[in-house]
Amino acid sequence: MSVAGILRAATAAALLLAGSAAGPLALASGPALDAARSGPCVEDPKLMRRSHPDFLKHGRDDTVRKGVRGIRHSLAACVDCHASKADGRVLGSERHFCQGCHTYAAVKVDCFDCHASTARPSATAAAAPASGGTR
Amino acid sequence: MNPVDQRRRDFLGKAAVAAGAMIAPGVILYDYAHAKAPGDPASPKVRWGMLIDTTKCASGCRDCVDACNRENGLPGSTRPTDSQWIRKVDLKDLKSGKAVSLPVMCQHCAEPPCVDVCPTGASFKREDGIVLVDRHTCIGCRYCMMACPYKARSFVHEPTTGQKPDVPRGKGCVESCTLCVHKVDRGGTPSCVEACAAAGHGAIVFGDLNDPASEISRRVRAATTTQLRADLRTDNGVRYQGL
Repeated sequence: MSVAGILRAATAAALLLAGSAAGPLALASGPALDAARSGPCVEDPKLMRRSHPDFLKHGRDDTVRKGVRGIRHSLAACVDCHASKADGRVLGSERHFCQGCHTYAAVKVDCFDCHASTARPSATAAAAPASGGTR
Repeated sequence: MNPVDQRRRDFLGKAAVAAGAMIAPGVILYDYAHAKAPGDPASPKVRWGMLIDTTKCASGCRDCVDACNRENGLPGSTRPTDSQWIRKVDLKDLKSGKAVSLPVMCQHCAEPPCVDVCPTGASFKREDGIVLVDRHTCIGCRYCMMACPYKARSFVHEPTTGQKPDVPRGKGCVESCTLCVHKVDRGGTPSCVEACAAAGHGAIVFGDLNDPASEISRRVRAATTTQLRADLRTDNGVRYQGL
């Protein structure tokens, strides 16, 4: 395993430990995050914490190269669900979903150099009546 | 989609084919209309293209350019370093004085030089003929910009803000007209075509060049149309009428 691989595994392990404690996200040891929607993610949260970069990489090639839209693991769909209720974004502070967790894990998130970090208007409208501030 | 839904869909699809064969015995049904569901990959049976009628395109009109900028989150200014996916070009024949105005964008060549020269495979042509840049792989070398005979590509020099969720774009990559691929994949039409029609010009027709029943194919059959720099034999998907 490369150095980067070891680091990534350690990061994932840290996140798994943080996420396995009981209760919502107000963990003393984990990041406290705002997110628009509660309810199940597209995969088990433990799997998502570890493998979401791989899912996204597979999905992006299907969409960009083959033109498959509405895939299960799409970055835009991540943002739609996980954007903060306050401002509809996943970046901006350490309470925002992507930035909060990536800061906690000390991993650079460069998706949003190019991709929009705001939820799509249709998703914002759908998320408005949703309750709960957990992931 | 769960496996039950998939099986049901397969069954219904086959049943529909069988029913069609029984209803019309002896009639050969050619498979021309290729409506794509958003979850389906692009089909090689389709060749997306545009026909631009320059006789309906007014000099100074920028409706298509503005619509493109809005749709794709482009800054829309024309500093030397700003991206332009469509340019309006005015031409004048000095001898006769005949003037034409036309939008020029990525011509979505069947034999794209930008794809030939790309060292990383970032510049590619989709199965349905749309030429794109995969920014995940683009290293910003700009070789494709040199190779393109139409100057269709732009390099993003500065950090970007205000990207649209469907149109990611960022500093250090080359970009060009995508034929609004995010809309086309969902059965839509490029924004420039919509804007031109909405403004009452109707100078641009978008459609499947491989479908003989499509409006673009009928128009291409009926009128004399030209591909820009046809001598290069890049076989452009964008054609012009009245040049």
